[in-house]
Parts: sequence; C-alpha cells; structure tokens
Amino acid sequence: MIALGQFLEVLIGGLMSGVLYSLVALGFVLIFKASGVFNYAQGAMVLLAGLALVRALDLLVANGLPLWVAVVLAIGFAAVIMAATAWLIERLVIGPLVNQDALTLFMSTIGVTFVIEGAAEMIFGSDVYPLRLFPTDAWFLFEGLFPGGILVNKLDVWGALIAGVLVAGLAVFFQRTKTGRALRAVADDHLAAHSIGIPISWIWFVVWLVAGLVALVAATVWGTKLGVQFSITFLALKALPVLIIGGLTSIPGAIVGGLIVGAGEKLAEVYLGPSIGGGIEYWFAYVLALAVLLLRPQGLFGERIIERI
Amino acid sequence: MRAPDTNEILLEVEGVALAFGGVKALRDVSFNVRKGEIRAIIGPNGAGKTSMLNVVNGFYHPNHGAITFKGRTRAKMQPFEAARGGIARTFQNVALFKGMSALDNIMTGRTLKVRRGLLWQVLRYGPALAEEVEHRRKVEEIIDFLEIETIRKVPVGRLPYGLQKRVELGRALAMEPDLLLLDEPMAGMNLEEKEDMSRFIIDVNNHYGTTITLIEHDMAVVMDLSDRVAVLDHGVKIADGTPAEVKMSQAVIDAYLGVAH
Repeated sequence: MIALGQFLEVLIGGLMSGVLYSLVALGFVLIFKASGVFNYAQGAMVLLAGLALVRALDLLVANGLPLWVAVVLAIGFAAVIMAATAWLIERLVIGPLVNQDALTLFMSTIGVTFVIEGAAEMIFGSDVYPLRLFPTDAWFLFEGLFPGGILVNKLDVWGALIAGVLVAGLAVFFQRTKTGRALRAVADDHLAAHSIGIPISWIWFVVWLVAGLVALVAATVWGTKLGVQFSITFLALKALPVLIIGGLTSIPGAIVGGLIVGAGEKLAEVYLGPSIGGGIEYWFAYVLALAVLLLRPQGLFGERIIERI
Repeated sequence: MRAPDTNEILLEVEGVALAFGGVKALRDVSFNVRKGEIRAIIGPNGAGKTSMLNVVNGFYHPNHGAITFKGRTRAKMQPFEAARGGIARTFQNVALFKGMSALDNIMTGRTLKVRRGLLWQVLRYGPALAEEVEHRRKVEEIIDFLEIETIRKVPVGRLPYGLQKRVELGRALAMEPDLLLLDEPMAGMNLEEKEDMSRFIIDVNNHYGTTITLIEHDMAVVMDLSDRVAVLDHGVKIADGTPAEVKMSQAVIDAYLGVAH
C-alpha cells in the first residue's frame, strides 16, 4: 500500500503541475489557431501580467485597502494593461505585417518579447515579488486508506480548478459566439473572412487580448508558486514540448499535453532517477517531444495537414 | 419569382482607374448595374475583370473615379464595410474556411446578422436561442436550395472543386446580399458542373431576386445567362449592352479572336 500511495502522490502532483504548463501552452494555441502566428512573446506576457498584478496589489494594500478590494482592483488593472498591450501589438506590429510570411510574423514576436520584458521591468521593477492569492499549504487525502495519506498542494488544486473553468469558457466562446466563429474563420482564410464582413484588425485585437488574459491567469498561479520574477518567462520554453506533444492547433491538446509532461517528468524523476541519475525532470519533456515529432509530427490532437499534389 | 426589372440603378461605377506601379489595370471604366438583373463583365485573360470586382468589393481602392452603391457615393472603403453595406462575393480560386464543415462555412455568412450580445450567445438561452435557430433554419434552406444536403457535415477541404464552389456560393447567399459578385463561377468546371452552376445562378436571381454581377472569360455561358454584358480588354471597356448586341460588336470579336495588325 505504501508503494501505491507513493505512486498516486507523485502522479497527482505531476498532473497538477502539468495543468500549470497547460495554462501557458493555451496562450500559444489561441494565437496560433486564430492568426497562424507562433507567439514567442507568450512567456513575456505572463511576466508582464504578473508584475502589473503584484505591484498594483502591493501598492493598494500599502494604502490600507481591504485585501479583497485590492485583489479585485489589481486584477482589473492587470487586465487593462494586457488589453493595452494587445492593442499596441495589433496596431504597431501584427497589423502592418498582414499577409506576410509566417516566419516573418514569428520573428516580429521575438522582437515583441524583448520590448515587453524590458518595458515590464522598467515600469514595475525587477525584483522577486511574492504573490499570495491562493493558499499554498499541503493537504492530506485518504489518510484512512494510505499511511500518512496522499500529499496534495492546495495551490495545485486551485490551479487545476482555474484551468478547468478557463478551458470550458474558451470552448464555449469558440463554439457558440459569432466572435468565436469569426476567429476560426480568420485563421483559415483572411481574404474570405474580409469578404463576409469580419474586420480582421478587431479580431486580432480580440485574440491577443484573450491570450493576454490567459497569461494573467497563468501569472496568478505561477506567481503564487514561484513569486513573480523574470525567470517566469522561461515557462514559455517548457510550453514548447507541451505544444509539440498536444498539437499546436488544439485546445484539448494543450491540456492533455501539459498533463502528460507534468505527470511523465515527475514519475520519471522518482522511478527512473535512482537507476539512471537525477535531474530527469529537466530534459524529460524535450525527449518526449522529440519522440512525438518522429512518430506523429502534428501532435496527438493537431490537425493533420494533407497537401494535394 | 423574378424580381421586377425596374430601371433603378443599384451600382454605378464612373470613370474608375486603377494602376499598380506602371501597370494600368483599369482605365476610365464606367458601367452600372440595375436592381434585379444579372450583369456580366467579360473579357480575355488580363483584361482587368477581377480588378474591377476587387474595386467594387473594397479590396482595391481606385486611383480615380467614383462608386455609388444604393444611392450613396462612397469614400475609401474596407471589404468588411462593403459586406456590411450588402455586397457579398465569391472568389476565382475558392476562398473557403477549409477546416470547417460545409454547414459551418455557410453559417459564417450569418456573422453580420447575429444581433444578440456575447453573453446571450454563450448562454444560448431565450432570445439568443431563438435567433440561433432562425439562422440555422435560413442556412438549411440555402443548403436545400443548392442541393448539398449530403455534404453538410464534410470538411470542405475534402470536397471536389465543383462542390466547393457551390458551398462558397451558399456562404455568400447566407449574407442575404443586395449585390452578389461572382468571380468566374464556372472556372475550372466540366460541362455538367457548368450547367448546374448556371442553373443555380438563374435560380438565385429568380428565387431571391438578388442582383448579380458576374465575371467570366467563357463567352458562351455568359450569353445565355445575362441580361446585360460589359466587355473589358486591357483595362478598357470596349462594349456594353445585351448579349446579342455585344456578340455583334467588331471590337469584341477582335479582342477575343485577335486582329491582324
């Protein structure tokens, strides 16, 4: 029973942290689906959202506002910052590059990354800022079944809940609303979307805004876990194998990919670590992604691209 | 039933000129489209037909000239604004949303008609549900009309070319446009498909009373279909009138058959 208990504990811990990878990967998928742009700046946007949130929160609390009022106001402030960022990116970068090659657009988002990182640290500061939005203490489940119970971090549970709500919301948005349908239409064919009366610049603003808000959600959870700091941008690197495994065009893919990476790396660390050496967590995801690339290049849930010759 | 042929002018194009760098795509082209008619613009390849359509639709902005639609002379206009004004179109090389089913493609044509707010759409409750049902009913009617019931759930990327063209026509019809622009609706089709498409175009005009402007380089199809035909060659209008008149024009014969210099 101890062995099973330990296995479950590792598995649950892994799945929970996988959800957090999914949150970051989601932002990539959204923008890629709706505009065919691989947005390298997603990690930087998480940093920007986190900094705006935590700095506003500290300031408001220092001025004696009750905590819940401060939290609501700070989240509102961060959302406005993300909206402004989305608007500027559409106006200054993506809009003028309409109909350009996908690689050109990708390169431009690398530029956007540096600008956002620099601006965010210049405006909001570059220290490590602790964020306390969710409880971070441990929780012991099934103590009757397993000796000592199964340890679960409450923060991870919150993260999973939030991710679930977010994904459900996005799915409904894409499937049911005319804006959601328009987003899918723009992704498929710019010209045709124009001709049925969809204003592309507005749609792109909406996409970047949604990706910005997803970044904000990711920032609340990651910020609580690690503190808001520059290294949060490296999360984007962890999202890459998640995207490759799940498929770049699939929202469920981002979720499942995150879960696979999270659970896989924790299990590998615990069970393979003793025999082949530790530190597996750091490279496991990339090796898995490589294997997926070899066997199923479009990812588990990605759309298969069939070229007629 | 056929919309009565009034002499009301729906679209007036006056003295339009369009140049790309040194290439003059259109030179001082004028023509009009009457409400309820099928109006063709024909000409050999490179005559400027698609450019003309793109100007009307807002993809291109003319260097000179004026365009008056529904009595309003318009300033520089974006394609989505033209769509809002009631102009729908199809494309020469089919521009569909390839990953979506035929049904979803045609549903996107209803985008501009959705009236309820975002929250209502998400909840899909009460008035928003009634509205969604109404859009869907309209779309199913178009699907029946175009005889594509059996392929409604198929992703359009997998359909043969002729059917893709029909789905694209369906999407344009779903917008319930005042003016329907068709860019070479018969291009790349075999004889049977061409006959089907001709029938649909005439039916659309009869059944919905939609004013249609179409572009073709195949003269034979157009002559049977159209009320009036304008002929372009090298960006200049060289003839305009009923099919019979145009057929007799020496300039048209020269343009199509070539003339000894």
